[in-house]
This record gives sequence, C-alpha cells and structure tokens, in this order.
Amino acid sequence: MSPADEKQFPGEIEITRDLTIPKLLLKNAEKFGEQRVAMREKEFGVWIPYTWREYLENVKFLSLGLVSMGLEKDDKVVMIGDNRPEGLWAEMAAMCAGGIGVWLFQDCLMDEVQYIVDHSDSKFYFAEGQEEVDKALAIKDKCPKLTKIIWDDPKGMRNYDDPILISLKEVQELGRKLDREKPGLFEDLVNQGKGDDICLLFYTSGTTALPKGALLTHYNMLTMGQNLMRVDPSYESEDFVSYLPFAWIGEQMMSISCGLQVGFTINFPEEPETSQENVREIGPHVMFAPPRLYEQMTRTVQVKYLDATWLKRKAYELAMKIGYHVADLKFEKKSFPWYWKLLNYLAYLWCHEKLRDHLGLSSVRNAYTGGAAMGPDHFRFFHAIGVNLKQIYGQTEIAGISVVHRNDDIKFDTVGKPIPETEVRITEEGEIISKSPSVFQGYYKMPEETAKTLRDGWLHSGDTGFIDGDGHLVVFDRTKDIMILRDGSKSSPQFLEARLKFSPFLKDAWVIGDHKSYVTAVICIDYNTVGKWAEDRGITYTSYPELSQLPEVYELVQKPVMEVNKTLPGPAKIRKFVNLYKEFDADDDELTRTRKIRRTFVEERYKDIVDALYSDTDTIHMDTNITYEDGRVVQIKTDLKVANVPVTEGT
Amino acid sequence: MLRSDNQSPESPLLKVEDIHISFGGVAALTGVSFEVKPGEIFSLIGPNGAGKTVMMNCINGLYRPQKGNIYFDGKLISGLSPHQRAAMGISRTFQKIELFGGMTVLDNIRLGRHIHLKSGIFSGSIYVGKTAREEIESRKFIEEEIIDLLEIEHIRNHITGMLPYGMQKRVELARALALNPKIVLLDEPLAGLNLEEVEDMARFILDINEEERWQITCVLVEHDMGVVMDLSDRVMALNFGEKIAEGPPDEIQKHPDVIKAYLGEVEELYVTRR
Repeated sequence: MSPADEKQFPGEIEITRDLTIPKLLLKNAEKFGEQRVAMREKEFGVWIPYTWREYLENVKFLSLGLVSMGLEKDDKVVMIGDNRPEGLWAEMAAMCAGGIGVWLFQDCLMDEVQYIVDHSDSKFYFAEGQEEVDKALAIKDKCPKLTKIIWDDPKGMRNYDDPILISLKEVQELGRKLDREKPGLFEDLVNQGKGDDICLLFYTSGTTALPKGALLTHYNMLTMGQNLMRVDPSYESEDFVSYLPFAWIGEQMMSISCGLQVGFTINFPEEPETSQENVREIGPHVMFAPPRLYEQMTRTVQVKYLDATWLKRKAYELAMKIGYHVADLKFEKKSFPWYWKLLNYLAYLWCHEKLRDHLGLSSVRNAYTGGAAMGPDHFRFFHAIGVNLKQIYGQTEIAGISVVHRNDDIKFDTVGKPIPETEVRITEEGEIISKSPSVFQGYYKMPEETAKTLRDGWLHSGDTGFIDGDGHLVVFDRTKDIMILRDGSKSSPQFLEARLKFSPFLKDAWVIGDHKSYVTAVICIDYNTVGKWAEDRGITYTSYPELSQLPEVYELVQKPVMEVNKTLPGPAKIRKFVNLYKEFDADDDELTRTRKIRRTFVEERYKDIVDALYSDTDTIHMDTNITYEDGRVVQIKTDLKVANVPVTEGT
Repeated sequence: MLRSDNQSPESPLLKVEDIHISFGGVAALTGVSFEVKPGEIFSLIGPNGAGKTVMMNCINGLYRPQKGNIYFDGKLISGLSPHQRAAMGISRTFQKIELFGGMTVLDNIRLGRHIHLKSGIFSGSIYVGKTAREEIESRKFIEEEIIDLLEIEHIRNHITGMLPYGMQKRVELARALALNPKIVLLDEPLAGLNLEEVEDMARFILDINEEERWQITCVLVEHDMGVVMDLSDRVMALNFGEKIAEGPPDEIQKHPDVIKAYLGEVEELYVTRR
C-alpha cells in the first residue's frame, strides 16, 4: 500500500531534522505564554491550571536541577507513577538536557523495575510517592548506575532519610541556583538538540520474551504525530485527558507528539479511581485507548441497562435499534432517508446523548482504539450511539501508529489505510511490513533483535494480515498465534476472544485450538458483573473461585459462547470451555502490562487444564500459587468443571 | 517513634481519675484511673464486656460516671456536655457506624466541621465577607487535609449508606478529623474490615498520630491484638470493669493477669498472637 495523499492540515508546522520536542515546548511557551492553559490537574476537588509559561518554568528548573546533579547527554532517566504534571515535566526535563526518557508501568513488580532500570542504564529515577520510592530503594543496590531517586508526593515520606532520595522541589531549587550562576544555559542545552537524537527508550510489553527497549528519536515522534493529524487534525482549543499509562506509546503519541504540535490542553485526573468521572467533567475531543477501556464502557452500559426500570429499558432498546440500523447503513456506505435521520436524532435526544455524556464521550470527535483486536460488536455499539470510533494499527517501533480508519470509511474488520508518508506491504509469507519516517532506530543493546525486526528500513511486525479489496489493511493475528484447525484452515484466536468478550459477564477469554481436533476456551468471568448477577438472583458465593464454578454461572457463560458459535464455521466452533478460578493478571505474568495474553506462558502454566480439555474428564483438580501485588504467594486448591457446548455441525 | 516534646511528659493530655459507673446492679467500671500523654497512642484492651466502650463514652460525655473526675488539657470536664467537650478538641468514632446514611460523604465530613463555623443564619443566607471566607477556609481544610489524607476522593459525592463497610469506617474517621481534634477516641476502627482495609486504617492512624500537621493523640479500643501491639505506645487492660494492667505493649503481652483474663488460664497464645 502506498502512502495516503492527505497533505497539510491547518496550523501544521514544518518538521526539520533540526526540530526537537524541547524546542517545540520553548516555541509554544513563547507563543501562548500566560494566555493559554497547557495542562490541568484535578487536585483537592478542583481543576488547577498550568499555563504554558508555568509548564516551561517547571521543566526548565527541573532540567537544570538534573544537570547540576550530573545529567549528561544521552543519560537515561526512568519515570514511574500516575499520570500527573510532574511526570510529564520530568520527561521533558530529561529531553531538554539531552537525556533520554524511559517510562515504567506503575504496577510493575520489583523484578521488572529492576530489569528495566538496570538494562537501560538509568541514572535518575523519578518516583511519584512512597510506593514507587520503596520499589527504587529495594533495587538500588542491584542497579549501581542509579545515582538519585526523585519523589514529589510527600505523603508517607516523613521517615525516609536515605541520601539517595531528593524531592522534586529540591531539584528545582538546584536548577534555580544553576540558572542564576549560568543564565542562558537552559536555552543553550535545548538548542544543542537535533531531531535525530534519541529522546525516548520505550520498553515493549513482550508477549514472549524479556522486554525490548525501542529507541525513538525526536524526528520519529514528531513525524508520526504530524502524519496522524494530517488525517484527523486537532486544534489548540481542544482538550485531551491523559489517564492511560505514559509507558504505553499511545499516551505519548497524544500528549507529546500531537499535543505539543498543536498545543491543546492536557488534563490529568485526580486519582486513577476518579478518572472516569474526570473524563466526563472535561469532555475530551480526542481519545485514544486500548480496546479493554471501550470494552469496560460497554460492559458498564449493559449492566446499568439490566438494572434499569422497565420504561428506561424499553427506551434504550428502541434507541439502540435505531442506532444500530443507522450505523450499519453507514458502514455499508449507503445513504439513508430523511426519516431515519430524524429517528436517529430523536434517539440521540432521548438516549444516545445521555449515554455519551455518562461515558465522557459527549464532545469526542475522534475516538481511537489500538494495541489489540477489538470485537465488531463493540465497534457497532459505539457507532450506534454516534461515537466516531476508529481503529489504529501500529507498533511502538513505528512510534505508535501507521494505519488508521478514515472518517466515513470505517470497516470494523479492518484497521484502515496507512497514514501519509507511510508504506505498508505484505510479504510473501503474509507478514505485515511498514516503512515511514517514524520507524525506530533499533533495540537498545540488542543488535540481533534489531536486525531481525528492521531489514532495509522495513519494519517487520510479526503480524499476519492482508489488504482487502478497498485497500484496507486487515490484521489477522500475531503470526505465531494463528491456529491451524483440524481441516487445515487458519483461525485467529484473538478474533474469537474479542467476540466472546462482548458479553458483559466475560472479562477475559483464552481460545485454544492450534493443531487440535477441536477448539476450546478458558474463560475468566467478570467478578463485578457476575457477582451482581448472582446477588440479584439470591445465589450465594464467597469468593471468585467459588462463584466461577457455580452451575448457574456456567449456564450464563455458555450463552455468549453459543452465540459466537452461531457465526463460526464448523471446525472453529468452541466445543468445550472452563471457567478459570481467577482472573488473568499481569502480576502473574499471564498478561502483558497492556493486557495481552501471553499464550506460551499460560499454555505452560495451565497445562493441566489444556490436557483436560482434550480428554474425557469433566473435572480438573488444580493446585497452584497466586502472587499478590506485594509479593505474597498464596496456594489455591480447587476443582474446575469442564463444560461441553452443544454444537450443531456446519455453518 | 518520633514525638514532639513541647509539653513536658508529666502533664497528661487526658487524665481519668477513679471512675465508677454502674447500670442498675451491674458495675461497668470500678475505680479505673489512667493518664494519656500528649502525642501517644493509648490502647484499651479487654474481653467483651470489660467496659472499654463505657470508658470511651465517659470520656466523650455520653455517660456521666457516678464517681470520679476526668481532666482534659488540665481542665476538669466531668460536668461538661458532649458538645462542649467536642469544642475543646475531643472527637471520636463509633464501634457501630454512626454516620448519616442518606447524606453524601462530603456532607457527613462537613458536619464534623460545623462546630467551628461561627457565622449565623443571616450572614449565612447572604454569603458575604466573613461567611464566604469561613466556608472557603473550611472547604480547603476538608479537601486538602482530610480527603487527600484518607484517599477518599473517588467517593466524596457518594451517598454514605451505599458504600462498602470499610469505606464507611474511613468516612467516620474523616468526620472525626474534621473537628480538628487534639485527641481522638477510636472505638474498634478495625472491626469488620478485610486484611487490606485493616492495613490501610492502621496506616491512617499512624499518619494522624505522627504527621507533623496532625499529631493527634489517639485512644484506641481494639480487638486486633497484632495491630494494637504494633501501634500502641502504652496499653491498658480492663476486665469486668477493673483495670488489671497498664504498660508498654511487650509488658502487657506477658502480664499473667491479662493472659488469664483472655483465656481463663495462664497461656500465652491469645495476646501474643500477631
């Protein structure tokens, strides 16, 4: 596929090999100064704004503070914590002084933190508060290159006196001192930066092996943002809510690559628990989230629907019927008559508008999903309520995005067309490869891996896919995950899993069937919704393991499985399933931090279950360990039932 | 543990002298005396019916002892009513939650602050000058100090009665703090909480006790011996309304009378359980 022909967008800047992210920050601070709000954070119940001037001041003194503590060009600075202004300041401060930012997922366990801090050779560690400081103190002896740990939330820090610790305020104070001694130093440092300098070291989640650190330059990040905005422009008057981990490339893409180019306002929620509420207060115009977030939203709506009064349920049903019809017509690119427009508008007034408001989507112009497969049912749902949800495809290695849906050209089984300056091709083996100015520089300290992924400037994704008749890219699955069914046909487990997850009662699903005589699934029920469902029916339970094994719950789970089976060809139908006694968890290494199933690992871990699914037993005895977030390990003994799904052969 | 020693250790913040109280023929407390020093966490332990909650009620003014005196901050408070004692800086939480279930979390906390609001009905209805300042002051205090400390941002606008039990316990503590007390009486703050909630609550108690901003003296009634022994500076044991022991946690754990009160015989099991 050749690059798209979208040319400049209004307010587009010229990206030269000289431009860097910090230079852009300086430019914005000059342009907007005190006039515009660069970021807001909700704190103590009110939104506290920071103007571009204040944003720059904070970054400047932090950056100089780092310099006076010994930060040199290309030194790595690792950051961990919730999304908050201080996090972004730290990242920018590192970049301004020629350093390289490394982000950790906040819920990373000690081993992962240690691996990344050590592998990246990080010199400074930005922690949010006590929890992150504890992690750093625990690993500091094993990471000798670490020189300082910087924290910003004083809560619980009163008894800490390790000399390696320093508060963010103190660092900024050091910066002010340096600024007085050498005025103009900050501007010099920023001006020394070049577009081809590395700015971020991004550890990919890695479904199979150890995390790999992708090196991205300023030029990579900026061109990617620009090319995305050539498709869907953003404006400086707009709002964006930053609440997904900064360690996920999608969040960097919006907050840094796009945010700095147009200068929209970034909003930070008060606490992770309040983010949904805070999103609703802001009403962002652009949104990019992995499928699980949208799945969660549909789940919320479906559960609330089950709880509503008769009249409300009927109103919802009717509005959704209209919405689905209109959405389907749009997908088929058919024009629809005026009375459908009128009906859709009425449905908007009595239902869709309220739904969107409650989900925080009332003013969203472009909502993107990416990072994993999303089921068509979820897609239809959002379009039915009038949310312009689009699929994004890309990798960390291409600075986040290479392919996206265009407005009015959305097919939910595809991921759209390449963005400008991006070429996408399919190799003879069916692998998706791409080339653009945003392709990364290689993996940090892993030349063999780099050579495998990056050949002649083409980024090899490891995904299998094809290009359909309309020129859309279709991503089938990760090449190594594709299942060969008993009749030799290929099937995508990810697709089946995404379909299953449309049921609000299913949180996760793991579909098995590669080189097996039939397809099976391991299901993780959603504790909240199934728990509520059971309570409403007077079914008693004490814990997740018990709830998951109730015969009533098995019946409940069987329904969506049969529903999905209806649309599948014979060999791909799910014949047996098991409800797992726990949810998949990233702390148990079953999921990546972006919640993708690590198949090889779970296959190994739940070997007994897989064996039982392909034998005649109907109960599996389990005896395993669960790791809690604080590292405690608990033994679990339980029996799992195997359910047979009645299947009619053929399609 | 760090303690501020601006007051000499000899002058107790709370002094209870020879308290006698009986309900009908049942003597709930007989001649109990103790002192609580400023800045410490002082725990009352004892088997069920030992008189721990009765003692809390006496300090706080809900019960009037038939005999004995209670001094707070050097002043005799035995004759004062509960709200007068609250104004002096004595606040409390209850064993069974006593919140207003139909009101929001924020309203419940504000209620704890009410005693400090001076503006009358007229200035309140037009909301000018001093009243506005007072309201803003009070809002700042609640939001920046209490809600932030207890991590209840996400439920501030929820109806209290709909919250899980553990959260309600936290709201009770929040309301007690809104009074900006010198001493807080915590009546079984950990009862009915799960392991995680117990750990959170224990941390909050340490926070309000140690954090420079608060430095609240705590009187704790609690059955979770592990937590009592970890948190307390001193422990007093009651049995059938009589004081049987007082001292630092490790001494109390070994005290034969205490062990006997719990188990009926000398065995170290219960009180030393962590």
